[in-house]
Amino acid sequence: MGHRKGMEVSIAVSHAVALARAEAIAAYPITPQTHIVEHLSSMVANGELEAEFVNVESEHSAMSACIGMSATGARTYTATSSQGLALMHEILFIASALRLPIVMTVANRALSGPLSIWNDHSDIMAAKDIGWIQIFVKNGQEAFDHTIMAFKIAENSKVLLPTIINLDGFILTHVVEAMNFVDQALVDKFLPPYSPRHTLDPKSPVTMGAFAMPEIYTEVKMKHQVTLMDSYQHITAVWDEWAKLTDRAYQPVERYKADNASTLFLTMGCLGEVAEIAVDELQAAGESVGLIELRLWRPFPFAELRAALAGANLVIICDRALSPGGAAPPVLAEVRSALYALSHRPQTLGYIIGLGGRDVSPESFKDIYAKARMEVAQGPSQEFYLYGVRG
Amino acid sequence: MSKPLDQITWQEIELGALLRQPGSAREYRVGDWRSQHPVWTKSRCIRCGVCWTVCPEPAIIQEPGGYFDMDPYYCKGCGTCARECVTGCITMVPEEE
Repeated sequence: MGHRKGMEVSIAVSHAVALARAEAIAAYPITPQTHIVEHLSSMVANGELEAEFVNVESEHSAMSACIGMSATGARTYTATSSQGLALMHEILFIASALRLPIVMTVANRALSGPLSIWNDHSDIMAAKDIGWIQIFVKNGQEAFDHTIMAFKIAENSKVLLPTIINLDGFILTHVVEAMNFVDQALVDKFLPPYSPRHTLDPKSPVTMGAFAMPEIYTEVKMKHQVTLMDSYQHITAVWDEWAKLTDRAYQPVERYKADNASTLFLTMGCLGEVAEIAVDELQAAGESVGLIELRLWRPFPFAELRAALAGANLVIICDRALSPGGAAPPVLAEVRSALYALSHRPQTLGYIIGLGGRDVSPESFKDIYAKARMEVAQGPSQEFYLYGVRG
Repeated sequence: MSKPLDQITWQEIELGALLRQPGSAREYRVGDWRSQHPVWTKSRCIRCGVCWTVCPEPAIIQEPGGYFDMDPYYCKGCGTCARECVTGCITMVPEEE
């Protein structure tokens, strides 16, 4: 049913898009997303992928073109990163409000300034309220699988929401990894052609993107909010179906050796792989520590996360972005809000790590573990810490 | 529209808030915005229709005698008609408090 092969993860993502038979792609190249769209462009040019590839002059135009193409009923894909995501920002809200199932890979990269091409999550965290489904992956296999699954989730007639797959820039996009690929026949069975509820068709005219008066804007927003929260069940149903076909199962909240652990790390994206090594070593040294990996960021999996964290005494939340002047970095703020309703809740401590491409090793996690335990024993002096900052 | 906007519930919102009915903007009562309205002095009106032409809304109606008046449903009180009137026969009068 498939084959195993070593490949750069960006190229694997472009193969996933081709296997999903994307019909329309509009993209602008930006480091570290470039290899994905470059390879898709070649596949279209070489006749290996039957799709319209629109070269545009900016990401603002890329997302605008994607909206137009998706509105005609085409299966639509794009990818971007950092400044590119920021440049398409205002259009992102329109894509979700129009309920267009565009799939986008975001190769996460630090936002300028200072200018940085390296990885962190400041790009997507500045766009967390765009009303899209947002998923994080931790390795190439997950990037491949979730790219295909994203189309099925987004195009579900009960969902019809654009979907972002977050893929850590360079650390994942440029790594060569052995992955299990699937055949076209399996993908065709799993993912039937997109059947849009409405299209831009002169024979049946509709207005998309009309003005909303104050009397109706709130109701439109409520409908969007409820749809996004309800998409949870359809997301997990698609993941379950994929698990039956491939034996690769995914959960909104992944638990790694977390049973009965007194302290839990919480990570998103590829940091999970590094934290797993640290957890293995700490457990071998007799520490009661486990790991929770948050895969689904929007809609936020409140119930699953509460269940995963409720038994711990301490949760160390690792953010890869800062919320300057705010109460807490984004993931810490969200997790704390989720836990607040619990009568008995674990203590939470935030560590911001890996900003602008700074390396995070298993040793970093072990060091954070030791520091966090000491902070808790003494009573934390701060709400969260910028780990490793000099001075 | 089947229902006035302020009676539609969130459950009734169409997918993506799209509109199936063409020309629905015609139902917006922009006349609610008005703080002044045009008044025509018929003795100076030459019935040229410049006011009707420049009005940004369908807010000026021609009466059977060829003279013009405003439609309170659409007139926003912008004053474009008074400004452009060839003979200066239109005066903007503040709405009563």
